[in-house]
Amino acid sequence: MSDPLPFRPFPAGTQPPLDHAAYGSTQHRHPKRALRRLPHTVTETTGPAFAPEHFPPILDLTKTGRGEPLGERIIVAGRVTDEDGRPVPHSMIEVWQANAAGRYAHPRDQHDAPADPNFQGEGRVFTDAEGRYSFVTIKPGAYPWRNHHNAWRPVHIHFSLFGTGFAQRLVTQMYFPGDPLLALDPIYHAVSDAAARERLVSRFDLDLTRPEWALGYRFDIVLRGRGATPFEEGEHH
Amino acid sequence: MPVATASQTIGPYWHLIEHPEMADLTRFGAEGERIEVTGRITDGEGLPVADAAVEIWQASPAADARFPGHGRAATDPDGRFRFVTLKPGPVPGPGNQTQAPHLSVVLLARGLLTALRTRVYFAGEPLNETDPLLSAIEDSAERATLIARPAGPGAWTLDIRLQGEGETVFLEV
Repeated sequence: MSDPLPFRPFPAGTQPPLDHAAYGSTQHRHPKRALRRLPHTVTETTGPAFAPEHFPPILDLTKTGRGEPLGERIIVAGRVTDEDGRPVPHSMIEVWQANAAGRYAHPRDQHDAPADPNFQGEGRVFTDAEGRYSFVTIKPGAYPWRNHHNAWRPVHIHFSLFGTGFAQRLVTQMYFPGDPLLALDPIYHAVSDAAARERLVSRFDLDLTRPEWALGYRFDIVLRGRGATPFEEGEHH
Repeated sequence: MPVATASQTIGPYWHLIEHPEMADLTRFGAEGERIEVTGRITDGEGLPVADAAVEIWQASPAADARFPGHGRAATDPDGRFRFVTLKPGPVPGPGNQTQAPHLSVVLLARGLLTALRTRVYFAGEPLNETDPLLSAIEDSAERATLIARPAGPGAWTLDIRLQGEGETVFLEV
């Protein structure tokens, strides 16, 4: 039996490090020993497939309460492909976010901002055959955190993707264009490659925008490609 | 050529997508040798990691409609997690080698800008001696950080230490 096709390593600087002093929570949570390189096997090249019957889609985050949540309604859409431009079809995407006031529907979020009983902040979509996805939500608010004096997270939506192999598992955050907090955010700036960082920022898209209803933002996501290239020395970490 | 999207931390409030039933991989009626896998995650100061998402994926037994192969558990205030799954079997490794039964583990948490990856093997498996990953780890104490110990009938346990003494072997995947 031939070995399964591995995923390619990440180009240098395009993924954040585990040890990032500007983000205080990494201090006691990053391993001190170098990671041990693992050639991809069937364990890494295969991955879970989620069935919509078991994980029902939540396509409109404004419709999960009794009434409409407060905030600016938006449409978020995009395409999930791999590094070779191939669509990632029928793949589950989980999203979650704070409400319009910058507070999560989470018992540990004690930010002094109003909760919104009509907004839970959880969404779940499946890509179509071309890797496209779309959901409706409200634009989340910025919120303070205690990383440093007067620290505020830029407005963001969390994304979780599985791809086709467990080595592609990706959890990331989508940001909004023009947010002045991006320049100050150590989590965003942990990605040293500027182009890779800027790809985390969605684009306002007038074509996606629905007249008289909601602004549209486009966020395309790229998962690792499969390739025969072996791990190269000093690629990352 | 496009480059893979960068990872960002899952943050402290990922529980908005938590569904506790995901920690039970037998919930759709899978049949086989049921096992419980538990552990406790601590940080470099020995404090519990109470806000982590722990995910497992196993290539064996093969995922199907009744066995998802994937699970997710939240750590509790003491840093503990618990899965119910089926005991994995051996799977092919590089070349003509065979890998010992194992679970692939992804850890996501506040303070982790990218997922941490490790594996859970099972003590007493004869294939552990020749497993390509385990046998490449010369230090027996390091190797032991990947091997769950029996904790009663059908129960296995393995603690995960993110940093410092007894640090778990983490993998570049």
